[in-house]
Amino acid sequence: MAKQEKKREKKKESGRKEEAVSANPEVIEKGKKIKEDLDNIIDEIDDVLEENAEEFIKNYVQKGGE
Amino acid sequence: MKNRIFGLENEYGLIFSPHGKVYLPMEKILGYIFEGLIPNSWPSNAFLTNGARFYQDTGCHPEYATPECDQVFDLVVHDKAGERILESCLPIAEKRLEDEGLSGNIYIYKNNTDSMGNTYGCHENYLMRRDLDFWKVTEQLIPFFVSRQIYTGSGKVLKSSGRSHYFISQRAQHIHEKTSSSTTSSRSIINTRDEPHADAEKYRRLHIIVGDSNMSEYATYLKVGTTALVLSMIEQGLNLSGLELEDPVKAMREISRDPSLRKKVRLEGGRELTAIEIQRVYLEKAKAYVTSGDVDDMNRDVVERWEYVLEELEEDPSRLDREIDWIAKRALINNYMDKKGCGLDDPRVAMLDLQYHDIRQDRGLYYLLCRQGLIERIASEKDVQRALAHPPQTTRAKIRGDFIRFAKAKNRSYTVDWTYLKLNGYWEETILCMDPFSSVNQRVEELIATAAQKK
Repeated sequence: MAKQEKKREKKKESGRKEEAVSANPEVIEKGKKIKEDLDNIIDEIDDVLEENAEEFIKNYVQKGGE
Repeated sequence: MKNRIFGLENEYGLIFSPHGKVYLPMEKILGYIFEGLIPNSWPSNAFLTNGARFYQDTGCHPEYATPECDQVFDLVVHDKAGERILESCLPIAEKRLEDEGLSGNIYIYKNNTDSMGNTYGCHENYLMRRDLDFWKVTEQLIPFFVSRQIYTGSGKVLKSSGRSHYFISQRAQHIHEKTSSSTTSSRSIINTRDEPHADAEKYRRLHIIVGDSNMSEYATYLKVGTTALVLSMIEQGLNLSGLELEDPVKAMREISRDPSLRKKVRLEGGRELTAIEIQRVYLEKAKAYVTSGDVDDMNRDVVERWEYVLEELEEDPSRLDREIDWIAKRALINNYMDKKGCGLDDPRVAMLDLQYHDIRQDRGLYYLLCRQGLIERIASEKDVQRALAHPPQTTRAKIRGDFIRFAKAKNRSYTVDWTYLKLNGYWEETILCMDPFSSVNQRVEELIATAAQKK
């Protein structure tokens, strides 16, 4: 608990008060938003992934570089 | 050093996926990619009008070395420009293959590992003072390089003890030594290659091969910005010792294996710290350094972002899914697994893990996130487009870029390297450019002026 307080103090000092204090609802909101955005692109991902992922991955062999 | 020259070299992964079964030797594909870049020639080593160098690396990787930069922002922009230049070669190379009856897609990945555990690198170069004890410098830098992967890592699903895990860094598992001169057999945290491409009495090169390639501009910015700053502090005589790790190579792997960032690694003398705690020690000294010293805005900005990132990592790493590659990619993978009900060992996840790094913007998953506004950028696309043909204006790269543009306009053949320029033919004169900080060269200006008069 004491450690938490200390952390919060530190946040205030460094000028990130808003984020630290209002973290919970906002961060959850932000998290939800990102989840939704990501959900929306999952179908798009299937469009760009190679159909036969397994074979593609198996064939992705490079020589060592440098 | 108050001003510093730095540059990045990226080796890219390359594969041709045929519609059919004919697999081609990589040399051939790489040859066609070069043709797209430099028509009618096969030098496999070319300097471009933006001052950068594009060539074929060991192991048949296309490699792009940025021009010399003295601003981190410029370096971020030129690193991205390298991706765009390669991307622009793809349709031309695919067309050439199709003309030969081989239809398919070429993929270029800005990552560091293939499916078999081979690795290729992203090398960082920093010009540094010669008159320091290099070994003392490296001792103070190694804990920094071991721990900075928490914001520079690009993430990778790897099998360990038969199970798939998400690792923070692509490169960490391939590093075997603290320091060495080799880049291919026994890769090290600090490589001792010492080609300063400048007055070797005054400068040496710090060659770093431990970092991951980054898609995120934010990560590239932090990677180079924090490293250059820490190096400046050491050069200024600040003491950054006291964090020496008992086994740096082992510590790097342990940190990479733990995306919760709670793993503590052992220091010499038995003390144990997390990667965040190690980074915080460097950060606190950097904060004191930028407030007290004669330091420019760039360094102050680096410190601000560095502090922000460490604070967020401490709270909850998933909050940095807009800035940091390993976190952005992990969010994507987790969401995909949720929706598809599959596990980390599903081949589709391996595909996703790879395709995050695809440089083709209409196919790469990093770029899919960008388009959705889910990625924090440092540069604008306008800056990147400009850098395709224009060098940074404050370093030697400007001279090289001007010279090459001139030679091309005059249709003259030329030979160029980092430190010299030469027009081939009866009037052969080599123009030496040993000072990477100088963006003006009288001989080159005369040459261009004379040619303009003759016209």
